[in-house]
Amino acid sequence: MKFKTNTSPFFSSENNVRSVMLQVLIALIPGTLVVAYFYGWGILINVALSVFFALALETLALILRKRPILPFLGDFSAFITGWLLALTLPPLIPWWVIFVGVFFAIIVAKHLYGGLGYNPFNPAMVGFAVLIISFPLEMTQWIQANHINTINTLQTTPPFGFIDSLKSVLGIAASTPDWDAITMATPLDAVKTGLRAGMPYSDIINQSPYLAKTTSNTWLWSGLVFTLGGLWLLYKKVIHWQIPSALILALIMISSLFHLFSNETYASPLLHVFSGATILAAFFIATDPVSASTTPLGKIIYGAGIGLLIYIIRTWGNYPDAVAFAVLIMNMAVPTIDYYTQPRTFGYGTANDKKPSSRRENNP
Amino acid sequence: MTESTLDDINITPKPEGGSCSTADCRKIVMDGLWHNNPGLVQLLGLCPLLAVTGNFINGLGLGIATIITLTASNTIISFTRHWVRKEIRIPYYVLVIASIVTVIDLSMYALTPELHHILGIFIPLIVTNCVIIGRAEAFASKNKISRAALDGFMMGLGFTLVLVVLGGMREFIGSGTLFSEASLMFGDIAKDWTFQINKDYRGFLLAILPPGAFLGMGLLIALKNIVDKK
Repeated sequence: MKFKTNTSPFFSSENNVRSVMLQVLIALIPGTLVVAYFYGWGILINVALSVFFALALETLALILRKRPILPFLGDFSAFITGWLLALTLPPLIPWWVIFVGVFFAIIVAKHLYGGLGYNPFNPAMVGFAVLIISFPLEMTQWIQANHINTINTLQTTPPFGFIDSLKSVLGIAASTPDWDAITMATPLDAVKTGLRAGMPYSDIINQSPYLAKTTSNTWLWSGLVFTLGGLWLLYKKVIHWQIPSALILALIMISSLFHLFSNETYASPLLHVFSGATILAAFFIATDPVSASTTPLGKIIYGAGIGLLIYIIRTWGNYPDAVAFAVLIMNMAVPTIDYYTQPRTFGYGTANDKKPSSRRENNP
Repeated sequence: MTESTLDDINITPKPEGGSCSTADCRKIVMDGLWHNNPGLVQLLGLCPLLAVTGNFINGLGLGIATIITLTASNTIISFTRHWVRKEIRIPYYVLVIASIVTVIDLSMYALTPELHHILGIFIPLIVTNCVIIGRAEAFASKNKISRAALDGFMMGLGFTLVLVVLGGMREFIGSGTLFSEASLMFGDIAKDWTFQINKDYRGFLLAILPPGAFLGMGLLIALKNIVDKK
């Protein structure tokens, strides 16, 4: 057998921004479709609008900064930012809310800091944090999911068809939907309100249409499918195992601890992992190569920090979900984490010696 | 240590003695309003600057109080500069500034109680505003009364401009109005001065909250840098 040898460097694949972002995009599609299956056209309209705004604003920013447009637009990073932001928004949210979120994500969080590669904060999460702070009402109007309870018929009634959804999002619908009738507290919201009111956890579970039966928990299903997408990314080596596993393990550990300590006043680990944006964060948001930690040990610390903060903010904070704030806080810590977790450079120092230059000092 | 660093940033174009010529006056005016603006360039007094600029009128109220304090403190300190020993000058400045602020605080309480209530702790806190003690040390203690008073007034005006622009910006974006609560300062005539873009405007809470102050401030500084570059 003849081996063909090339000269170095031996790059096996072109692992550029574009191909990485494309693979992330592919991994997001199944989960997005599952969410859309439960929540109707609103989700897909959100994604389309958000991606459109993201690309438009990215183009605008590139023109203003006098950068080449096509190479940067073609790397799909703005595409992903828009898509991820859209996945955190409730369906049928007005278009201008999406625009404000994307504006802060692309213009403020990304281009004011110098564009892709220079942003210390995750753009999509900055957009989400701005929105949840500024428009708490619009941001918590989650319509009831299809396929649970008796409301199966809702999908065809306004504002759930495609045209009606679009009209509602664009604000040109003939009548505004009766939000009180068609929205329902998300599992995290229901649990939080219930626990605040002093209800035992098991009662809250039994009363919530989402949580009473495992099969009706839409977040569980979409979470599982997002996990599949994430595992595919791991297999393709687009993301590393450290951040997702540290994040989920830390969240499971701290929530189990409190749940075992008092199971009627603290939510179960299952709820924490498969609710809100935990899974999305673990595989798609926290692993953002620009704003996450880059050293192997640093990634574990970074992921675990996000997991712990998610639990702390969800349990004792004021907002129902905490992923955005947890990610942003840990983004701030990344330079420090990276500084203290630099791996030993090959040829310098010994395994037990952290100082990179000490070996040279010993043997001049 | 403090002495030498403060002396280093001393920006006296002329030592005392010379009268305030036109070019000299213009330099003091332009320094206060633009080139050495306390809000945008020196970045002094950021705490009140960011905290009270939730709307236009609050900014204006604090701005006017700062102008009065700064002018009065610069005048008094310049007037007494030969009699105060160098070793005790900082406590002396604080004493002078604190007395002036107390007068203003009590006057505002008497004249515009509602505005005083809204500005709350930030009126007494003018005492700790670094702009005032900074100008006292860097300018008033080395210059004639007329120049010191002009500098105090112009620095105060520059600070007020930033407060007002930032306050107006945050109010406009945050709640879609301008000059709301103007009656607190100008009395009943100002009841209908409030300008509203659109009744349906939902408000943008972020602009009113502290992060909005930082973002707005950053944008203003960026704007100034752009103008300076051109």
